[in-house]
Amino acid sequence: MTDGATAHQVATEALSFADHLPALQVLLPLMGAPLCFLLRKETLASALTVVISFACLAISFSLLGQTMDGEVLVYEFGGWPRPFGIEYRVDITNAFVLVVVSLVAAVVFAAGPGQARRAIPVGREYLFYSAALLCLTGLLGVTITGDVFNVFVFMEISSLSSYILIALGRERRALMAAFSYLVMGTIGATFLLIGIGLMYQMTGTLNMVDMAVRLEAVSETRTILVAVAFVVVGISTKLAVFPLHQWLPNAYSQAPPIVSAFLAATATKVAYYLLIRFTLGLFGAALVFERIGVDTLLMPLSVLAMFMGSIAAIYQTDFKRLLAYSSIAQIGYMTLGLSLATEAGVAAGLIHLFNHALMKGALFLVAACVTWRMGATKIAMMRGLGQRMPLTMAALVASGLALVGVPGTAGFVSKWALVSAALEQDHLFLAFLIMASSVLAVVYIWRLVEVVYFAELDGEVERREAPLRLLVPTWILAGMTIWYGLFSDFSVDVAEAAAKQLFLGLGGGA
Amino acid sequence: MIGDLANHFLTHWNYLGCITLMMIGLYIAISRGNLVKKIMGINIFQASVILLYVSMGKVSGGTAPILIDGRPGAVYSNPVPHVLMLTAIVVGVASTALGLALVVRIKEAYETVEEDEIVALDRAEDEKTLATEAREDAADGGAA
Repeated sequence: MTDGATAHQVATEALSFADHLPALQVLLPLMGAPLCFLLRKETLASALTVVISFACLAISFSLLGQTMDGEVLVYEFGGWPRPFGIEYRVDITNAFVLVVVSLVAAVVFAAGPGQARRAIPVGREYLFYSAALLCLTGLLGVTITGDVFNVFVFMEISSLSSYILIALGRERRALMAAFSYLVMGTIGATFLLIGIGLMYQMTGTLNMVDMAVRLEAVSETRTILVAVAFVVVGISTKLAVFPLHQWLPNAYSQAPPIVSAFLAATATKVAYYLLIRFTLGLFGAALVFERIGVDTLLMPLSVLAMFMGSIAAIYQTDFKRLLAYSSIAQIGYMTLGLSLATEAGVAAGLIHLFNHALMKGALFLVAACVTWRMGATKIAMMRGLGQRMPLTMAALVASGLALVGVPGTAGFVSKWALVSAALEQDHLFLAFLIMASSVLAVVYIWRLVEVVYFAELDGEVERREAPLRLLVPTWILAGMTIWYGLFSDFSVDVAEAAAKQLFLGLGGGA
Repeated sequence: MIGDLANHFLTHWNYLGCITLMMIGLYIAISRGNLVKKIMGINIFQASVILLYVSMGKVSGGTAPILIDGRPGAVYSNPVPHVLMLTAIVVGVASTALGLALVVRIKEAYETVEEDEIVALDRAEDEKTLATEAREDAADGGAA
């Protein structure tokens, strides 16, 4: 327990290195971005990016270790206690999301160079690394901060750099995809800003813990009801909840595959965390679920996302576009967990957040390998790749099975958690719908497997895998989807502890 | 009744102004096909939020929050929302600049900044690749 006064004492006394970890988590990539810009040389910039992303991974694991038993770490900038200063606040929930983001970043950035060289004009690669590190800064910042305005600023940092990264795609359509994302993203972020403004108007504070306490007194006012609407719609745009998902398929399919791997596995996950933080942490379950009934709106939308996303994925002719549509369906599973409005439901959502980051990261890295070899990701072009790049395609099968939710893979763990959470609430029909939508995933994954392994090949088969720098990260993520399917203790325990703490509310946790 | 309503509107005119601007901006961003106009719509939308925050922090009769000797009972405006908007302006400038830079690149790549023309160009390209693929398939079939 750290209350304002003792935390301030600690802050003014000598701080050890370990106490600065929450700040370093964000400052390292933030400092790295301009450094990459100054280094200019591609090899140096890429080495720096990899070193920084692995340092971030180490820090996030250390933060998770410290918060595992329910403790909350508070880092006050300049030693100013809340509500005056800006503080970073790490509890088990955001430490978990920090681990997911920095894990994917470390693995994907390690794979970066081979891809970057093909996607970006020679001599300009350092700009890619700058933008990638800025994007990481923004995502980590959104997750770690305990100040609502800070959330908006970091969100815009990550969004602006992700528009740049998406626009790096090789076809001219990437520009249009980045532009549409910019329009949708800016509108979404501005909605969030309006919501934050209305919340500030009623509470006079920007600190999350302080705001959560003060919001209780004014939660009946119309201003707060409007604020809930703006915040939920704003974050849902970033999260690509069903009717607000239009930007996602183009953005993820046109971006360079390495960028898709990074964004698909992190950006929507951070938005999901933010939705949980604002609904459960700030407004409180009583206001959002019982009074306004966000859950009764979110549930049908999530189910629609599960079905529309999967059905659209079946009809795609491009591998990356198929994965993008499948992402919409998978986001549906996560929001479905939240819409159950129970501890088990939110825990299932968080478990799926972790597992989906692993499988989508792995699958988009497979797409990166395919692009490296074939130059594009048209499904028709992937004929017989099972013999040409067997190791890469084995990773495709492993993470594809996880996407379907076959026992022994990570996808099964999260679907199991979600179905049991639905049954706990006696939503028999909902459990049936989750199963039925998984069958659709079988269809689109089978389409890939059929083309890759069972297409007839004419002429001789040349076996050439993607370079190790791409293949190893692909297999690290694909291997983890299997590992966390067999030994799911880590993800399940952390997610359940996080859900328990979330329902206690922000005031209770700190 | 009407008096109440009129009074309500007159005392909240700043919010009405914000909402009007907000809707104008959002409408332009959604309805216009011209990409530059879309960016301008978003700009108006963001400006309306800046006005919302600034008017929120203003206290009637309040002055700038600077301590002045000899004025113990002075009323001050809340500076926090005003300062927040400095950051929001920077964010707005950055996203406008990036958006316009993308428009320049789109103009170079497509020779147009009208959304419907770009969609038509993309569609034509799709049909062309489909046609060539079909022709290649037919050629393969003939060879076999």
